[in-house]
Amino acid sequence: MSTRDLFTFRNSHFRTGVGITAAIFVVTAIAGFIVLPFAQPWVQFANIWDAICSAAGVPQRAAGVTAPEQAKRLSGVVLTSNTLSRPSQEAIGRGATLAQRCAICHGPTGVSRADSPNLAGQYAAVIYKELHDFRSGARTNAVMSPFAVNLTDQEIADLSNYYAYLPRLPAYHPTPQLPKPNIVIYGAPMRGIAPCGSCHGSLDNKTGSPWLEGQSEAYMKAQLHAFASGERRNDISQQMRNIARAMTPQEIEQAAAYYASQPPDVVKAVD
Amino acid sequence: MLVNRKLILAHFWLAFAVFGIALTLGAWQMFIRSPIGTWLSNPELYYRSLTAHGTVMGYVFPTLVAMAFGYAISESALQQRLVGVRWAWAGFWLIVAGSVMAVIPIALGRASVLYTFYPPLIGNVFYYLGVVLVVVGSWIWVALMSVNLRVWRKANPGAPVPLAMFANVAGSYLWAWTAVGAALELLLQIIPVAAGLKATIDAGLARVFFSWTLHAIVYFWLMPTYIAYYTIVPRAIGGRVYSDSMARISFILFLVVAMPIGMHHTFGDPQVGAGFKFIHSAFTALVALPTLLTVFTICASVEIAARLRGGRGMFGWIGALPWDNPMMLALAFSFVMLGFGGAGGLINMSYQLDASIHNTQWITGHFHLIFGGAIVIMYFAIAYDLWPHLTGRELIDLRLMRTQLWLWFIGMIVTTFPWHWVGILGMPRRMAYFDFGDPAIAPQALSVTLSAIGGFILLASGIMFIVILARGMRAPQADAGPYRFALAVHQPTTVPVALNTHALWVALMIGLTLTNYGYPILNLALSSGTSVPAVYVGAQ
Ligand code: HEM
Ligand SMILES: [Cu+2]
Repeated sequence: MSTRDLFTFRNSHFRTGVGITAAIFVVTAIAGFIVLPFAQPWVQFANIWDAICSAAGVPQRAAGVTAPEQAKRLSGVVLTSNTLSRPSQEAIGRGATLAQRCAICHGPTGVSRADSPNLAGQYAAVIYKELHDFRSGARTNAVMSPFAVNLTDQEIADLSNYYAYLPRLPAYHPTPQLPKPNIVIYGAPMRGIAPCGSCHGSLDNKTGSPWLEGQSEAYMKAQLHAFASGERRNDISQQMRNIARAMTPQEIEQAAAYYASQPPDVVKAVD
Repeated sequence: MLVNRKLILAHFWLAFAVFGIALTLGAWQMFIRSPIGTWLSNPELYYRSLTAHGTVMGYVFPTLVAMAFGYAISESALQQRLVGVRWAWAGFWLIVAGSVMAVIPIALGRASVLYTFYPPLIGNVFYYLGVVLVVVGSWIWVALMSVNLRVWRKANPGAPVPLAMFANVAGSYLWAWTAVGAALELLLQIIPVAAGLKATIDAGLARVFFSWTLHAIVYFWLMPTYIAYYTIVPRAIGGRVYSDSMARISFILFLVVAMPIGMHHTFGDPQVGAGFKFIHSAFTALVALPTLLTVFTICASVEIAARLRGGRGMFGWIGALPWDNPMMLALAFSFVMLGFGGAGGLINMSYQLDASIHNTQWITGHFHLIFGGAIVIMYFAIAYDLWPHLTGRELIDLRLMRTQLWLWFIGMIVTTFPWHWVGILGMPRRMAYFDFGDPAIAPQALSVTLSAIGGFILLASGIMFIVILARGMRAPQADAGPYRFALAVHQPTTVPVALNTHALWVALMIGLTLTNYGYPILNLALSSGTSVPAVYVGAQ
């Protein structure tokens, strides 16, 4: 009994084993790649090859289908956890000079007296992404957009590094610290809402998500409503739009009030 | 002939020790996310626990049981001292080292990636290295099983390989090949990113690699159970295996069709073509075949036992079975759970029905019933059966053993039936918290509470199991005689070469992997622009 006697068509087990396996494969392949694709009345294939490629998952545009026009610009920024992770002193210095023109709204120390976001100590990747989005038009704001359109890539990086470098100072709107509402710690699993803290710090931070402690309540509320209505759409993969749409107005209220009442120094230090 | 008892006992004890810990975590998870627990407001702790529970229950515990049982089979079925004992100990210590290495980052909250570790979420590199060590340790066992069979064949040219060893080696080959998918994913994709050498990862490709492992791993978990069905149960209840060839064909079928069907885990994934999903789905349907063959053969074998004991009539023989024998009880419970679990599995494997239960609590209910229930209850039975031969002492407490098995069965039903139910109602899985005050899920509070109670019954049963084995280590000495496996009604004297060797079936398994996975993997690996930024656990 050697493998030579086994791997030969004279051996009935070999014949049956290989034969049945191959037959099942061929039949299922014909069904999966030819019969079933054509059984979908809502898809049109130019020919059999087109159907096979589609069923095999070859990246291609199906014949006769044009890509939908994108009505508004989407964010084109790519972030990794290493984006701007090790800034030089010079970059921070250049950023400080550039930041003078931001101070009128965002405050000379990066803490706003108006309802603009506080930038002092914000994650660099966050500022980097928002400035890019303002510049490209993926996010628009009557005040910010004109500032951003003329920035170069280098300037955006420098500004981000500078603000990330500033110490986190208390905000200007002192309120007693509120207890965590459910939406912040638990989210709402049945509506597909993860806890805010699983991206925005406190539990975990996901690249590109800002920390929110001490930000203006009015600003945060406005942003959540803008996400919910689709007016703001620079969140990658609709992460925030999906959440904001599912939040109740009351939850938006609670989350904004809670975060506004927190001192920013509770945010975990940057690695 | 069990010579290396220490080796086997070490594997079993480590398996049951980590099982005890993971079981406690499971019960805690059940409790803390049920309406009877007061939530501790920190999902982070829940996910640490869930990662540890899944990693231990999915990778460490069943692998160690399969290894322990495999060594015992090799020595007692082949009647031959284990060749490569030093290597076996090396494998054991690799698993110890790997488990410790993986558990530390989990405990520190640096690897809350759950046992499926789907990218782009990336945890601490030591978690993955630990998993790799566990797998490498088990590969040593695979090699040893193959070597021992080869040595035996040399000494017994042309003789039929004992069924237990034939099946055992089939299981080890299945594991060796199916682990390759996750190994490729870890070595080529995840570990470079976790080590900081790369910052982006092709998450879709990673999921396809993982599916290569994820399905057949469940058949690897199942192997010891099926081997026990065929080769222990009939002997323990005084019967015979109805058909030796049928048994071999079942194990061969597992080898061929358990593996190239994993894409039923990616039905919801856009990166896999629908044609391949269909092929995998069709092959998945085939994998029911060896289970149906097994159920048939084992029922027939059990009937033989009953008739030998004087059972009469169409169904009257059932009463003649030795119901006070723990092995009989375990088999019956296992079959009932296999039946329900299998019926649920039919729903998971069909593309359309799956959409309604995908990622719901149904899934966790399903695999606890079939894995924690049907499979693990036979692990208990295997340990009970082998223990006197390993320790040289008698397990006297039959009543306690029966109670333990009853509790496991009842606990598993009470836990998993409501678990399935809330899944059908749409409750998502892998959630740390549910607000049962919300009218949308308030009605599920009762079901989830029942599940949690079932969880504590299981915990009680698990503790009893460990106590029984520990007491067995100190019982009075008694010679249990040589360890034997069940004989067939027609014990084979010659077996066709195809049913006595694995080569043809391993070749078919690899061939089907190429046809069913080759193109999807190449397509994803060669397309550019398919990677996304990694999301590091705990990174700021
Ligand atoms: C031998 C028995 C068991 C095995 C093999 C097992 C295995 C597993 C596995 C692999 C997971 C998946 C982890 C994940 O989704 O990442 C899991 C989840 C879980 N297990 Fe177990 N388990 C067992 C027993 C138990 C017991 C007895 C309980 C309860 C007392 C339990 C409670 C849980 C819970 C609550 C989850 C999490 C489900 C979720 O959040 O989606 N397990 N188990
Ligand atoms: Cu599967």
